[in-house]
Amino acid sequence: MENVLFYLFATLMIGSGLGVVVNRNPVASALCLVVSFIGLAALFIQLDAYLIGILQVLVYAGAVMVLFLFIIMLLDVRYEERKRFNLPAVGAGILIALLVGGQIVTVVSTLDQSLVEKPALDFQAAAAERSSRLGDKADGDFILSRFQPGRESLPDTHLIGETLFTRFNLHLQVVGVLLLVATLGVVVLSKRKLR
Amino acid sequence: MTLSHYLLVSGVLFATGLFGVLVRRNLLVIFMCLEMMLAAASLTLVAFSRFRLEHGLPSFDAQTLVFFVITVAAAEVAVGLAIIVSLFRTRQTVDVKDLDSLKG
Repeated sequence: MENVLFYLFATLMIGSGLGVVVNRNPVASALCLVVSFIGLAALFIQLDAYLIGILQVLVYAGAVMVLFLFIIMLLDVRYEERKRFNLPAVGAGILIALLVGGQIVTVVSTLDQSLVEKPALDFQAAAAERSSRLGDKADGDFILSRFQPGRESLPDTHLIGETLFTRFNLHLQVVGVLLLVATLGVVVLSKRKLR
Repeated sequence: MTLSHYLLVSGVLFATGLFGVLVRRNLLVIFMCLEMMLAAASLTLVAFSRFRLEHGLPSFDAQTLVFFVITVAAAEVAVGLAIIVSLFRTRQTVDVKDLDSLKG
């Protein structure tokens, strides 16, 4: 079942990724990209990254692609004319993409075979590590309570939140400043010049 | 499903995006293909985080990095699209073939 779903969503993702490149109408490209990102989100969820999968759908397939569609409508972009087919560019594009793809295949085929099997999640080891790290603060810890036998589930949202606000707290604030600067930049860029 | 499967799929998606960036002439579609390449890199990160367990759990450092990648990509899209809109206002085109005024 897992294999069937993997191949289904991988085919969906790569097929609609090709659709983005092949379609001449930018609106069709954007809709293909939405389908591609939904397939990617399904692969994330298959890798037990539930929060990242949901974020992929909400932020990319939701917000970013709506922004793209708004701009496409705003600019009233025409179809690319079929006749101006640039053979050298297409040939070079296929060649370079094949080179990059071949390089990745070569590197992947030399991977250490002991690393590639999907290991099962070990909640007992996680609970032991966490309770020894927390010491006497382990009492009533929410994440720890999810590791107990009988109600085992991966609390990935809580764990990402914990990582984000402890180890990567400075980085989180830098990203906040980045978003502020981006907002200001967009306002300045899209403001009409006053004379 | 092994790690190699996920890495191959993300590699193929990356190559597809690269092909689109090189071949297409519409700036908006080039931008979409760039997003596709970023998403392929995120798939690699999440796959490695799931296959290299730390104390029985996936490595959440990698997933936090993917969170940052998604945030930065969203900011990048907003700024890039604003640049494309102001470019369209001055030049009335988003075709890279017509945007060659820096060519010597």
